[in-house]
Amino acid sequence: MALAEICGFTDFASYNNRILDTNIATNNFNFANNLELAVPPFSNPAHMLSQFNKDETGREIKIKFDHGTTTLGFQYQGGVVLAVDSRATGGSFIGSQTMKKIVEINDFLLGTLAGGAADCVYWDRVLAKQCRMYELRNRERISVAAASKLMANMVYNYKGMGLSMGMMLAGWDKRGPQLYYVDSEGTRTPGKVFSVGSGSVYAFGVLDSGYKWDLTDDEAYELGRRSIYHATHRDAYSGGIVRVYHMKSTGWEHIDNNDCMDLHYKYKEAKDAAENEII
Amino acid sequence: MSILSYNGSAMVAMKGKNCVAIATDKRFGIQAQTISMDFPKVFQMGPHLFIGLPGLATDTQTVMEKLRFRKNLIEYAVRKTFRPENRHITPTVFASLVSNMLYEKRFGPFFVEPVIAGLDSKSGDPFVCNMDLIGCPNAPEDFVVGGTASAQLYGMCESLWEPDLSPDDLFETISQALINAFDRDAISGWGATVYIIEKDKITTKALKTRMD
Repeated sequence: MALAEICGFTDFASYNNRILDTNIATNNFNFANNLELAVPPFSNPAHMLSQFNKDETGREIKIKFDHGTTTLGFQYQGGVVLAVDSRATGGSFIGSQTMKKIVEINDFLLGTLAGGAADCVYWDRVLAKQCRMYELRNRERISVAAASKLMANMVYNYKGMGLSMGMMLAGWDKRGPQLYYVDSEGTRTPGKVFSVGSGSVYAFGVLDSGYKWDLTDDEAYELGRRSIYHATHRDAYSGGIVRVYHMKSTGWEHIDNNDCMDLHYKYKEAKDAAENEII
Repeated sequence: MSILSYNGSAMVAMKGKNCVAIATDKRFGIQAQTISMDFPKVFQMGPHLFIGLPGLATDTQTVMEKLRFRKNLIEYAVRKTFRPENRHITPTVFASLVSNMLYEKRFGPFFVEPVIAGLDSKSGDPFVCNMDLIGCPNAPEDFVVGGTASAQLYGMCESLWEPDLSPDDLFETISQALINAFDRDAISGWGATVYIIEKDKITTKALKTRMD
């Protein structure tokens, strides 16, 4: 310590701590606080960020993220059914055919991913932590309304900065089965039937025509499965595996996974057989 | 986004021993939306000659019709004046014809990248050739590819192809190369057709593929 004292350091221990603290605060952002991402050093980052989306010739700089998806969720007499595809694309390249687009937040809460894959996975992870913290602090599970609001508020802080996500939250709490839609624009709304992603138009076509409140469990699974299958058939950016989940009063249950190729030839066989019968 | 990837396509041609094969996907889509799953992109231009035109679908059809017209003119002239025994255009001459026609539109090109496969009408030698959209020809000793899945196709062909494949082995090789390539491309696939060209036989086979 002698040299430190000669150099004028009277309290080495606290100085060391100060370096550590400032380093953590200035260089580690979301390591200490998940909600705090690194942003460009401007007074109004959302506004300045939009100016960096064009190059010197005024052409748009596009960072190609995973984008295409089909996801759906609906409430019915037996709870909530969620069904999703599993394709991840970057541009027209298929990066994965086996992605998990349903996140199991806890035993009574499921989230679906659509939009930027990294955005969805990150914020769902943060949400899972927040929900667990709530559970530990309050000795009861968080309601779906509260969880969806946490999510909506978190992403709203980054509105205009290019986050891209459209998610559904399904759960079962004190008030019964719940289904919410939340997106990066700040929308948050409860509802009975949702479909999100590039293939949602095709999924809605099947879903709306087959949906009723009084569906049995098996009918509901099949409706979800069929809707996603038809979306993967027409939409280039959806495909892979159809995953079906069911939210019950006892928690979520994973129903099954089906390869789109198997589904296609199964449905085709059934259709051909039905046509032959008519003739 | 490039005009060449507006509709999406995947195509490959390979040489074998005394045979060639050309294989194509069947999708016609507009960006993400799949419109048709039975769209012809490979056309027969002679008893042992095929051309595939991956790229912008409208130009696929226009270029095919223009080529058929020019090919017919040449065959008619040759038959009338010089050698009535050489009734059919050879793959090499046809490739020059395609190249010439595409370069005519150097400053406003057709958005197709042709893939040609055939057997020489005299010697029976296999021939494959592809071009860029303004007609730069490339006729290698092994295989050629085209379309939006061309990067994936190069990878598959580079690892699967070997010299002197029999017609059956060539079919297996080209089918595996095509299917596994377009399964990694979002905008091509939805069914596939393979043509195996031998001296005395043309075999056309439809492949069972993923439909997503």
